[in-house]
Amino acid sequence: MSGGKKVTKVFKRVYPFYFLIPAGIFYILLFLVPTAVSFFFSLTRWSLMDWSFIGLDNFVTFFKEPWLYTGLQNTMIFAILTSGLKVVFGLLLGVFLCSRIKSGEFIKSLVFFPVLVSTIAVGITFENLMHPSNGIINGFLAWFGLKGPNWLGDPDLALVSVALVDVWKGIGIATVIFIAGIKSIPEEYSEALQIDGGNAWHKFWNIIIPLSRPAMNTVIMLSLIGGLKTFDLIWAMTKGGPGFSTDTIASIIFKQYQAGFYGLSTAGNVILFLIVILIVMPLMKLLTRNEVEM
Amino acid sequence: MKFRKKKGLVLGLYALLMVALLSACASGNNAGSNAGNGSGSSANTNSSDTGKQQEQVTLTVLVNNLQTNLNMIDAIVPEFEKRYEHIKIEVDTYPAGGEGDNLIKTRLATGDMADVFIYNSGSLLQALYPEHNILDLTNEPFQDRVLDAFKRSVNVNGKLYGVPFGATNVGGWLYNKKVFEQLGILVPKTWDELMANLETIKQSGTGITPVIGAYKDSWSAQMIILSDFYNVNAADPNFADDYTANKAKYATHPAALRSFQKLGDIVGYMNEDFLASTVDVGIAMLAEGRGAQFPIFTSQINTLKQNHPDKMDDIGFFPTPSDSPDVNGLTIWMPWTAYIYKNTKNVEAAKTFLDFITSQEGVNILQSATTPTGPHLIRDAELPQDVPALVKDLLPYFESEQLSPALEYLSPIKGPNLINIVVEVGAGFRSPEEAAALYDSDVEKQAQQLGLEGW
Repeated sequence: MSGGKKVTKVFKRVYPFYFLIPAGIFYILLFLVPTAVSFFFSLTRWSLMDWSFIGLDNFVTFFKEPWLYTGLQNTMIFAILTSGLKVVFGLLLGVFLCSRIKSGEFIKSLVFFPVLVSTIAVGITFENLMHPSNGIINGFLAWFGLKGPNWLGDPDLALVSVALVDVWKGIGIATVIFIAGIKSIPEEYSEALQIDGGNAWHKFWNIIIPLSRPAMNTVIMLSLIGGLKTFDLIWAMTKGGPGFSTDTIASIIFKQYQAGFYGLSTAGNVILFLIVILIVMPLMKLLTRNEVEM
Repeated sequence: MKFRKKKGLVLGLYALLMVALLSACASGNNAGSNAGNGSGSSANTNSSDTGKQQEQVTLTVLVNNLQTNLNMIDAIVPEFEKRYEHIKIEVDTYPAGGEGDNLIKTRLATGDMADVFIYNSGSLLQALYPEHNILDLTNEPFQDRVLDAFKRSVNVNGKLYGVPFGATNVGGWLYNKKVFEQLGILVPKTWDELMANLETIKQSGTGITPVIGAYKDSWSAQMIILSDFYNVNAADPNFADDYTANKAKYATHPAALRSFQKLGDIVGYMNEDFLASTVDVGIAMLAEGRGAQFPIFTSQINTLKQNHPDKMDDIGFFPTPSDSPDVNGLTIWMPWTAYIYKNTKNVEAAKTFLDFITSQEGVNILQSATTPTGPHLIRDAELPQDVPALVKDLLPYFESEQLSPALEYLSPIKGPNLINIVVEVGAGFRSPEEAAALYDSDVEKQAQQLGLEGW
């Protein structure tokens, strides 16, 4: 009888883990095992049919890639630019939509709908809209007598153009997260502000920004990680071009894979994985330090 | 009572999810193997005697989506099916260019390839590891009909892997004869003459584009450099071998470097939106006289025929000139090649198809489906009598054998980033000399991947 009681105690502690098994199997088989295997293959010359061990040569070759520096620069610029714009505009839109306005629900769905559309479809559509002579964007500017720039053909401008499309597409998620964060701020603070005689600006600067820190951190982390890894939109719009001016690490890796250098592109992915961790972990620590207890 | 119902619902949904996932996995596998190996119910035909009653076979054929190839496939498949009633063909297409290369390699690696697939030969064949993936056709009877000039490009370590499908292609300059006449310029015999022509056109005030650029189809940006190879080969016949052995480089070999410099020379003479224009748009510009000349493959004659049939005789051809008027010849690309997947279940049917496309009958059908711009490299195959202006311009070179295969047929090395490097030069952000050096280092990766000596 006492033995049964002990078993029940252990069972009660352990049995929640049983629920993790189904998801756990998928996670291990589809994520952990391939990750471990790819660490191995990054050290080989691989042709998918056979492999030969070459140690760290792939990593050396990857770092000698002439366009790697451009790619790294572009990745950083793209990630920081899209992340920054999504935070700023996401917050502004979130505040706007939290206030009681008539067409609030409609605008919410308008802001969110780009998130639902296929990235490739968005990429191809905007590529056509941005055509220097036939595109609608430049046609629209021409109405005002302005000559629109070569959005995707000017190497200095192309990356920014793609970043703007990425922000257009992803702002919905940032806004939704901010709305949730703002709505969770307790009413007492706004009431206290009213009593103290503060106006909308005080509400924004002294209440909303500090207290929506968790939401802001989430948006920064998600958009930064997404921006660092971004591939599909850039590939759909410019394929890393013109030349190499919109290449990011992900598209460099993809081009190596396309060329059949499988070991080399696996090494590239390992490097990307390490870069993302090296940037994101310290950033996460830094941001969560500032989170306020409500 | 309420909890009971919820629990039942949860369990039901969970069961549904597992069933959906498992069935998706199972059907995914089936679909894959079906596409790869022909229909599950196919059987090997034991003899090729047309008299016997044979089992129904479905042969899958994978071809790229260039108009030339689509036309040829559309013409030959019905005729083949009429002749061999027990074989039915299913055609599948893939995109041309880098994405297509990727797709072919992946499908071979994952065991999901069609019975017969049509692809390039030469260096691109080497990258497919033919010994592992492609059926050896060295001793097939139909190889007797194939000319030696072709066999060289499908020969890997002494074995022959493919047969020609279609005509030879030539890389060079298509030009609008009417525009040349209008502006009083002649076909250039040297590169300096070509540059002088460009300047004349630019200064003419007619708004006609001197050189058409179609860099959105980025593969077309390579044309000037690749089609200059006849001149490189003429200056140094050992270049290809030295290049393969890491003894000659684009950056330091004067004749090879000229190719890059020629591309640099035309910067500023192209249409303003060249980075956003496709080859189809380029051909339209050429046909309508809005552009004077276009460095591209002669196989584009099929696009011309399709979209601008009344302008066929306005378009002529000249090869990329060298610096001397005495050195002038065609850089040719081998016809597309048909291969048989090594692990196909329909070996006999596939061989029958390859036999058909190399027969006189097959070649005649292919020729009528597209306008050939060169010989078919099959014994006794002749060009039709009535050819458009462009082809007439090519004939003298073929007759006097002023030809060279493109570098990719003489050397297994072709760097994957050439297209992007070349776009940078054409768009004016990189000097030709820098680009040549960059391409040399790019090629190193490919050589190492292939395990070549000397790298």
